Amino acid sequence: MITLSVPARLPARRYLAGAIVAAWVLGHALLAGRDTLALGGAELTPLHEGVNEAWDTVDDNRNSNPFFLYFVNYIRLILDESVKFVQALISQPSFGRPVPVLGWLGVVALAAAVTYIFGNIRVALLTVAGFVSFGLLGLWAESMDTLALTLTAVAYSLAVGIPLGVWAGLSGRFNRFVTPVLDFMQTMPTFVYLAPLTLFFLIGPASATIATMIYAIPPAIRITAHAIREVSPVTLEASSSLGATSAQSLRHVRLPLARRTIVVGVNQTIMAALSMATIAALIDAPGLGKTVLKALQTLDIGAAFNAGLAIVIMAVVLDRATTAASHRVETQRRTGRLRSVFFRRVEVAVALGIAAVLGYLSYTYVWAAEFPAGANIGSYVRRAADAASVWVQDSLSGFTDALKNVITYGLLNPFESLLAGSPWWLVFAVGVGMAALVGGTRAAIIAAAGLAALIGLGLWQDSMVTLAATLVATILVMALGVATGVWIGRSDRADAVLRPVLDAGQTMPAFVYLVPILGLFGPTRFTAIIAAVVFAAPVAIKLVAEGIRGVPPATVEAARSAGSSSWQLITKVQLPMARGAVALAANQGLIYVLSMVVVGGLVGAGALGYDVVAGFSQHQLRGKGLAAGLAIVVLGIVLDRARVRPRPERTDSG
Amino acid sequence: MAIRRIGVVAGAVLVLAGCGGAKVGEAPSAAPGTGAAGSAAACGTLNLAINPWVGYEANAAVIAHVAEKNLGCTVVKKDLKEEVAWQGFGTGEVDAVVENWGHDDLKQKYIQEQKTALEAGLTGNKGVIGWYVAPWMAAKYPDITDWQNLNKYAELFKTSESGDKGQLLDGDPSFVTNDEALVKNLKLDYKVVYAGSEAALITAFRQSEKEQKPIIGYFYEPQWFLSELKLVKINLPAYTAGCDADAAKVACDYPLYELDKVVSKKFADSGSPAYTLIKNFSWTNDDQNLVAKYISEDKMTPAEAAAKWAADNEAKIKTWLPAS
Repeated sequence: MITLSVPARLPARRYLAGAIVAAWVLGHALLAGRDTLALGGAELTPLHEGVNEAWDTVDDNRNSNPFFLYFVNYIRLILDESVKFVQALISQPSFGRPVPVLGWLGVVALAAAVTYIFGNIRVALLTVAGFVSFGLLGLWAESMDTLALTLTAVAYSLAVGIPLGVWAGLSGRFNRFVTPVLDFMQTMPTFVYLAPLTLFFLIGPASATIATMIYAIPPAIRITAHAIREVSPVTLEASSSLGATSAQSLRHVRLPLARRTIVVGVNQTIMAALSMATIAALIDAPGLGKTVLKALQTLDIGAAFNAGLAIVIMAVVLDRATTAASHRVETQRRTGRLRSVFFRRVEVAVALGIAAVLGYLSYTYVWAAEFPAGANIGSYVRRAADAASVWVQDSLSGFTDALKNVITYGLLNPFESLLAGSPWWLVFAVGVGMAALVGGTRAAIIAAAGLAALIGLGLWQDSMVTLAATLVATILVMALGVATGVWIGRSDRADAVLRPVLDAGQTMPAFVYLVPILGLFGPTRFTAIIAAVVFAAPVAIKLVAEGIRGVPPATVEAARSAGSSSWQLITKVQLPMARGAVALAANQGLIYVLSMVVVGGLVGAGALGYDVVAGFSQHQLRGKGLAAGLAIVVLGIVLDRARVRPRPERTDSG
Repeated sequence: MAIRRIGVVAGAVLVLAGCGGAKVGEAPSAAPGTGAAGSAAACGTLNLAINPWVGYEANAAVIAHVAEKNLGCTVVKKDLKEEVAWQGFGTGEVDAVVENWGHDDLKQKYIQEQKTALEAGLTGNKGVIGWYVAPWMAAKYPDITDWQNLNKYAELFKTSESGDKGQLLDGDPSFVTNDEALVKNLKLDYKVVYAGSEAALITAFRQSEKEQKPIIGYFYEPQWFLSELKLVKINLPAYTAGCDADAAKVACDYPLYELDKVVSKKFADSGSPAYTLIKNFSWTNDDQNLVAKYISEDKMTPAEAAAKWAADNEAKIKTWLPAS
C-alpha cells in the first residue's frame, strides 16, 4: 500500500480510492470465504502436472540435442576452469602440491598491495585485518573458496552488467526492454532454478557461478543505468555545444560523472553475490556457505555465526576497497595528479615487491602457506554467539510475543483477510481499479494481466497471503529506510557507525539468524517478515542516504539561510529533491523483500515461499514450485509497475 | 630507487627469516595416501552424495571412512539435496545415496525409466514418521497420545497462525506429508501450519519444552534431536497395507520406512570394491544415533565421529568388506 501514501494529483482521486477501499471492506464482510480459490499443500492443478511432464521431457532429451549441449558445455567449461584456476591460486591444493600456490601470507600481502595501490593505506590495513581474521576464525580455506567463487562471479557479472547498464542508461527503449528481465532475475527465487541448473551445467562451480550471476547482475545493470541517466542535462548540453560527439560525451562526461553511483552498483553486485554463498552451497558450491548449512543441521548457532561473520567481514573489506578505489580516482580527476609520476611508480613497485617476496615465502614455506592452527579464536566466537543466542531467546521472548501479536493481529491479519479471504473477483476488481486510479490505463492493464496470471498459475490464495506479508514487510522497510537513510545522509558520523551494521544485515546469511528469531517468534509469518526486513532495509537505507547526500549543498545552504528548521529542511527540501532515490529505494526494498519470500517459507510463512521450498525438495511438487516462483515474479512486476511514479524531472535522455 | 632498495632489503630479511621453516612438500605429513597407493588403483574415486541431515551424514561418514582406510578409495563428498543428488546419477556425478526415505517417484524415474540407478539394499535403519508432542505435555495430559482425544485439546494449540483452530505444525518439506488429508478425514479441529524447515520444527519443540508452550507437530526418527528431547508420538489409527493408497482419503498413520541405499548403474557395473562395501553396509538405529550424537552434541567432525565409531566396531565393519 505504498501507493496510498503518495498524495494523488487530484483530490477527487483520493475520494475515489477511499470509495473503492470501502466497497472492498463491505464486500469482504458480506462474502468472506467465498471463491477464494484455495489450494491445499499437496494438491496440484493440471498446469503443475503439465510442468512436471515438460520437465521430464527436457531431462530425457538433454543428451540428444548436440547444439544445445555443446553451447552449454562450453559455458560450463569456461566457468568451471575460471573458478578452479582462482581456487588453485588461493584455496585448493594444486599443481601436485598439498597447498595452493599462494599461502595465507601471500594472499594477505597481495590483497594489501592491490588495495593500497588502488585505494589507500587505511583500506589496505583494513584488508590485512579482515583477511587475517579469516584465519583466526579457523576458516581460512573456506573463506578463500568463497572469495574465489565470488570474485569470479562478480568479474563476469560486471563485465556483462556495466556495458548493458550504460546501454540501458542511454537508450530508453533498451531500458524498457531490460527492466522486466531484471525484475524476473531478481525476484525469481533461486530455489526454483537450482535443480535445473545442475541438469545443464552439472554439479560444481559452474552451476554455482551462474546461480550467483543471475542474482548479482541486475543491480550492476540497474544502478549503472540510473547513474548514466542522472547526469545533469545542463552539463551534457554544454559538452555537446562544445562539439563533443555522443561517444565523447559518454566517455568524458557521463561516465566520469556517473562513477560515484556506478560504484554503488559494484558494491551492490558484490553484496548480492556474497548473499548467494549460502544458497549456492545447496548444490555443492565450495566455501563458507557449506559451513553455515552444516551447522544449521544440528542447530549449531555458534558455528553458523562464525562462518556468517567471515562472510560479513569479506563483504565489508570488498565494499570498502571498491569505494576507496573510486574515491581515489575521483580525487585525482578533480585535483589533477597529486604526486609526481616517479613517486607513484616507486610506490607501486615497492608494494608489489613486498607482495612478491611474501608470496614467494608462502609458496615455499609451510608456516607461510598454512594458517597457524594454534592462532584460532573461532571457538571463542562460537561459544559467545551460542551464549548470546540463548540469552536473547530466554530473556526477550515475553516481549517479542507481544510485538508479534500486535503486528499480526493489527496489521497482517486484516490485510491477509481482505486479500486472501475475499472472493477473487472482488480483489481483482479492486486491484485493477486502484491501479487505474494511481497509475493510469497502462498500470491497470498490467495489474489485470498479472492478477489473471496468478489465477492461471493456480496459486491465487497463496499469492494473496504472500502479498499481504510482503506489503507489511515493505511498509516496515520503507519506514526504517527513510528514517535511517535521512539520518545517515545528513551525518557522516552516523554513516561511519551504521554502515558496518547495514553491511552485516545485507550479507549475514539469513540462515544464521533464523534460528534465534525462530526462538523468539516461533514458526510464524511474522518471523518471515522480520527476516525480510533485516535483509531489505539496508539497501533502502543506503539508497535514501545516497539521495540525500546528492542534494546540492548550495540548495541546502540556501534553505537554511532562509530560516528553515531541520525538520522543514528534511521534509520540504532534501526528501523531495531525493525523490528519485526514494522511489528507487522503494523499488529495491520491495524486490529484496520478495527475494526473501522463500526464506520466509522456511520459517513458517507458508504460501508461495513454502510452495517453492517444497518444490525444490519433493519431486512431484516441482511443477507447483516453479508456478509459485513465477507467481512471486508476477507479484513483483505488478507491484512495481502499478504504482505512482515520480514525474520525471528532466526529459528522458534516451 | 632508494625506496625500492629498501623493499628488496626488507624482502631479503624476510626470506632469511623464513629459512628456518619447513618447506612445502618436504613435511612427512604432506604425502597423504601413499600407504594405500597399492589398492587405490582398484577403487579409484567414490562420489558420495551428502543429503542435508545428520543421520545421513553419519552413514556417509562411516562408509567414507571405511572406503578410504580399508579400501584405499578417494572419496569425494558432494553436499546435495535428494532431488539434485538423484539427478547426479543421470549425469554421472553421483555414485551413491546412502540413506533414502521412500522416494517412490524418484525410483520410478531413475531406476525404472531412465535406468541410471539401482537399489543397493537396506541400511538396516527403520524410519518412523508421525505426530509428536514434547514430553512435558505427555506427562501433564496422559491421554493426549490417543488421536481421539486431540479435539479435546485443540484449544491449547491455538496460535497467531491457526486462527480459532488448533495448530498442527508441519515441517520439513523434504518429507511426504498427508497431514491436511488426515486432519480432514479424522475430523480434527486443527489447521496445518507449515513451519517449512527442520530447524524451525526443532526450535519450536525446544521452546515448547522450555516454556511449557503447547505444540503438536510432525516429526520423525531416527533424528539426533530425540536424544536431546524424547518427543512422544501420538497414536493415529494404525497403518495397514494400502490404507494410504488414495492420498485424499488417508485416515491412518504413516508406514514404517525401511531406509535403503541407491547407487548409479555405472558405479554398480564398475566392479569397484566400494560398491560391494555400500551394498553390504547395514547397521542399527542405535549405531546411527551414536554417530549422529558424536556429530551433533559432541561437535566432532563427521570424519572424527566415524573414526571413533569404526575403532569400536571393527567386527561389524569386517562383514561389509569385499570377500577377497
